[in-house]
Amino acid sequence: MYPSSLRLALCLMTATLLAACTAPEVTQTINDPYEKQNRAVHEFNKKLDTAILKPLSGAGGEGGGMVLKTVGNVAGNLDTPRMVVNDLLQANVEDAGHNFMRLLINSTFGIAGLFDPATAWGLPSRYSDFGETMHVWGASEGVYQELPLLGPSTTRDTAGRMVDLFLNPLSYAVTAPETYYIAGSKAVSTLSARGEYADSVDDVLYGSADSYAQTRLLYLQNRRFQLGQTVEAEEEDPFALDTEGF
Amino acid sequence: MSQISRRFLLISAAAASLLPTVVPALTQGSAQSLVDKAVADINRIIATGSSEAAMIQQFQGIFDRYADQPYIAAYAMGPDARRATPAQKAAFSDAFGRYLTAKYGRRFREFIGGKVVVTGAKPVKNWIEVYAQVNLAGKAPFAVTFYVSDRTGRDLFFNLAVEGVSMLLSEREEIGALLDKNRGDIDAMIAELRRLA
Repeated sequence: MYPSSLRLALCLMTATLLAACTAPEVTQTINDPYEKQNRAVHEFNKKLDTAILKPLSGAGGEGGGMVLKTVGNVAGNLDTPRMVVNDLLQANVEDAGHNFMRLLINSTFGIAGLFDPATAWGLPSRYSDFGETMHVWGASEGVYQELPLLGPSTTRDTAGRMVDLFLNPLSYAVTAPETYYIAGSKAVSTLSARGEYADSVDDVLYGSADSYAQTRLLYLQNRRFQLGQTVEAEEEDPFALDTEGF
Repeated sequence: MSQISRRFLLISAAAASLLPTVVPALTQGSAQSLVDKAVADINRIIATGSSEAAMIQQFQGIFDRYADQPYIAAYAMGPDARRATPAQKAAFSDAFGRYLTAKYGRRFREFIGGKVVVTGAKPVKNWIEVYAQVNLAGKAPFAVTFYVSDRTGRDLFFNLAVEGVSMLLSEREEIGALLDKNRGDIDAMIAELRRLA
């Protein structure tokens, strides 16, 4: 076993190399050469949602929702140091300060992160991850992927996820069993998010004619928006379209 | 009044009568005021906290008043519109409008207790984008962009995007998938759309 700092350095290197090797930047269209495999994974994920995530996230009604939200808050708070690290790697001092303030407020007034007073006081989370850091460093998006359990991603963002596993300073400060609590709260926070956005998720997964294509479109557009990329080719001239008869 | 100014008035009046009627052009200000009006209507509907059916009805009203419906329907049908008959186009427009308002109207209850705030406007090519923020209690605010054009001679929305996700693109994808599901049969697709509304 490597010492953890060496492991981190190796991971960073691999991820950056991986990202550098992927296809050139395609921000206009959908780049999905592994659609067949991705669709198989999507079917698996959908079955998993039907069998486990959907029923569990709605279980317990209002009270259950509150419990999930609280655990989600804890997970979000434990995850904030990782976002601060990514903000700093992106040289985004403003967001680093913003997220650091959130961490301070929610760890103290929010009673170790059980509550999220920072959002109520006008400091909502400014999400950040290593996929974004690689984007800032110039890595291209790569190809679309749907990962088992984790859902939609791109080559760059998958590499980013791997690095993010090692990027939280907290994970170096604590040992078992606390590390399990962190992992556990993270897993539960997935359920919390599934419950919070239940209608949106149900609409896409169960209410659309092709849930794979809708998920892909949604993820790519939203991710590019998050990263501040414009998708101009998708915007057609409203005067050029033939609307005769409609 | 002096001779010169009288003659000037006469000439300018004559000139004005020769000019075509001045159509108010799309400006950042006019686009933003359209969004302000729509947002005021939306906020009013949210504040009533009425039943889902009533909200869908009211949402239909907003859609009728402010949206460029022929454009949205034509865009959603995409290239398949080229092989559609005029009757199919008309039937699609009607079914699609109902489907759209039901789909998005249903989601309106999520906004109860929330507020939509217009934050700015910017011209892009030949349309104007109006930016708004939706603030829901206890949640991070999210961004909504309204796309406004005067294609029809009136300022109307032709698209909106939530956190970068375009309604037009999602619906074109959905209609394409519905067509595939019905082996390209436009009438069958329209029938299915009616069942979904």
